[in-house]
Amino acid sequence: MSTYPKTVTDKRLFLIDKTIAAHGYRRDALLEILHVAHNIYGYLDKKILLHISEMLRVPPSQVYGVATFYNYFKLKKPGSHAITFCLGTACYVKGAEEILSAVEREFNVKRGETSADGKISVFVTRCVGACAMAPNVIIDDEMIGKATKETVLEKIKSLL
Amino acid sequence: MKPEEIQKIAEIEHDMRMAYKYRINVCCSSGCIPFGAQKLLKAFEEAVKELGVQNVCKVARTGCVGTCSVAPVVLIDPGNHLYQNVRPEDAKKIVQEHVVNGRILEEFVYKNEAYFSKQYRLILRNAGKIDPLRIEDYISVGGYSALAKALTQMTPEQVIYEVTVSGLRGRGGAGFPTGQKWNFVAKSTAKPKYVVANLDEGDPGVFANRTLAEADPHAIIEGMTIAAYAVGAEKGYIYIRSEYPLAIQTLRKAIEQAKSYGLIGENILGSTFNFDIDLRLGAGAFVAGEETAILSSIEGLRATPRPRPPYPAVSGLWGKPTLINNVETLANVPLIILNGGAWFSKIGTPKCTGTKCFSLTGKVRNPGLIEVPMGITLKEVVYEIGGGVPEGRKFKAVLVGGPSGGCLPESLLSLPIDYESLTQAGAIMGSGGIVVIDDESCIVDTARFFIDFCMDESCGKCVPCRAGLPKVREILDKIMEGGGAVDDLKVLEELCYLIKDVSLCGLGQTAPNPVLTTINYFKQEYLSHILDKKCPAGKCNIKKMEVVKE
Repeated sequence: MSTYPKTVTDKRLFLIDKTIAAHGYRRDALLEILHVAHNIYGYLDKKILLHISEMLRVPPSQVYGVATFYNYFKLKKPGSHAITFCLGTACYVKGAEEILSAVEREFNVKRGETSADGKISVFVTRCVGACAMAPNVIIDDEMIGKATKETVLEKIKSLL
Repeated sequence: MKPEEIQKIAEIEHDMRMAYKYRINVCCSSGCIPFGAQKLLKAFEEAVKELGVQNVCKVARTGCVGTCSVAPVVLIDPGNHLYQNVRPEDAKKIVQEHVVNGRILEEFVYKNEAYFSKQYRLILRNAGKIDPLRIEDYISVGGYSALAKALTQMTPEQVIYEVTVSGLRGRGGAGFPTGQKWNFVAKSTAKPKYVVANLDEGDPGVFANRTLAEADPHAIIEGMTIAAYAVGAEKGYIYIRSEYPLAIQTLRKAIEQAKSYGLIGENILGSTFNFDIDLRLGAGAFVAGEETAILSSIEGLRATPRPRPPYPAVSGLWGKPTLINNVETLANVPLIILNGGAWFSKIGTPKCTGTKCFSLTGKVRNPGLIEVPMGITLKEVVYEIGGGVPEGRKFKAVLVGGPSGGCLPESLLSLPIDYESLTQAGAIMGSGGIVVIDDESCIVDTARFFIDFCMDESCGKCVPCRAGLPKVREILDKIMEGGGAVDDLKVLEELCYLIKDVSLCGLGQTAPNPVLTTINYFKQEYLSHILDKKCPAGKCNIKKMEVVKE
């Protein structure tokens, strides 16, 4: 069913196909399937979206529309380290913006983007729900509560 | 399973609980896990074994205790002793002293009586007390007996009657009477019907629903199943944010357990009633929590709201009658069925019954998750439970109701918390966020922060919200940069009222609230940006206007 050459078949796509079959090819399972694909790849690019569109027989425009509507989905492959800043109200009030700007300056990378060397990506999220420990920064999978400019910069440097 | 069997499990579990003299509850919620709760749980288990007290002391994993600012925390029963900031290396010492020697370690004890004494923990009654991953724990504290009562002793009409009498109103923010909503769905004749539990808690700074799901998932499932029985639905969805991995995991497990016990599925408790529950994950869209947008999202589409009428009670999921309730609303239901609607109606105020969970955050000494009776004043919440703003700072405003709520000044702190009073003051109950800001925060910047948020989250379907909010932001930007004029405030107000009046859904209708309330209550601060070109909080980068001398 897929249009791209069989020689480059990506085994991960089979996992997506299995999920689609498990949902009985129901079109209203689109969001569920995007979640599974995002879990497998870590992002959703054009190739993956087109594949889902074909398998589900949903127009590419609709798949793209849904994937871009929801903030949770990343549409590009992220860098090797993900630095996620919570910009929920509590974190904002407690100075998350200042820490974020400092990281942007120090590593020359903008929010939502990946540094030129592909080493770090900076993401912004709206509330991780740990507001009592604000401001929160998530570096890879580790949560840093009551973060300061110094602790965050140091932690990132130790990763590089 | 038969209703009597629930009773039997409850008795066995109760005896098992009683067999232990001590119970060490280690909080393993999202608030405590980043600070080492799981290592702590293991350390306590090892310490108990090492000291040979495993027969008198039970170590259990529990949900949120509520004092998230002193994480990780441990609650030791009997006596409800709350130990704060516990590290894994302290576990042995605590077990040795508290359990073996019977001496309370004062240096770890959480000493803030007021934090708990002003609260009324109804929905969170099991939080920090039971293991959320064990359905038996929930049954042992009376869980699922309300479902048994409803199915065996009550008709759907009687269930709806009790909920109506209780005066329970929707906890999602709008405060619509729950019994009335159930009645609408029950009266719809089309089949099948659906029940949707809304756990799309998108407000930044709010984590009450998440805590509930992590601490007591079965209360949601039981409430939902009773609702389904009352309205005649056979299928339910819990719609939850994907940003809450632990809550998702906990609910998945809880649904599985309820299925294996026959508490959801076919012929529940030997009756002819069938009801099945599935989880649906959101994907980071604030608007998806809106009553009609959630339907689009469950159908796999972009979460855009639909015009009402037709109301979801008539035409909801796939065009069928659908009951949509917030999970906190549903968690109240088992209590109402067990104790009666009349009992519930005595809690809170006559118009606004029951309790409400709030996430208390920002510049307060004791941030955390609280549950208070309706009608309590903001002052009690901020100063008595929250402990006021940290030393050396001055209280400026309290933001009630999330990004579409309002900024209320000190003079309004005596306001009672109920739907009507908050709405009248220009705020909303919303999903229950209370964020305190002090004199370090600029009020214009705060308003812009919320407008930014709503602008990002606007779905783009209707024009006033999509095009109006960026315009509001533009004016706020201008004021913050020092280029504002006094007339701008008038334009802002006009624009805000326009957006409120003509937007399609709740997002657009409430998004201007922060701007309107700040202009209303903090006009002076706007004026000092505009006239004196000064930001009192020193936050804004006001460009110095060069005065050219001729």
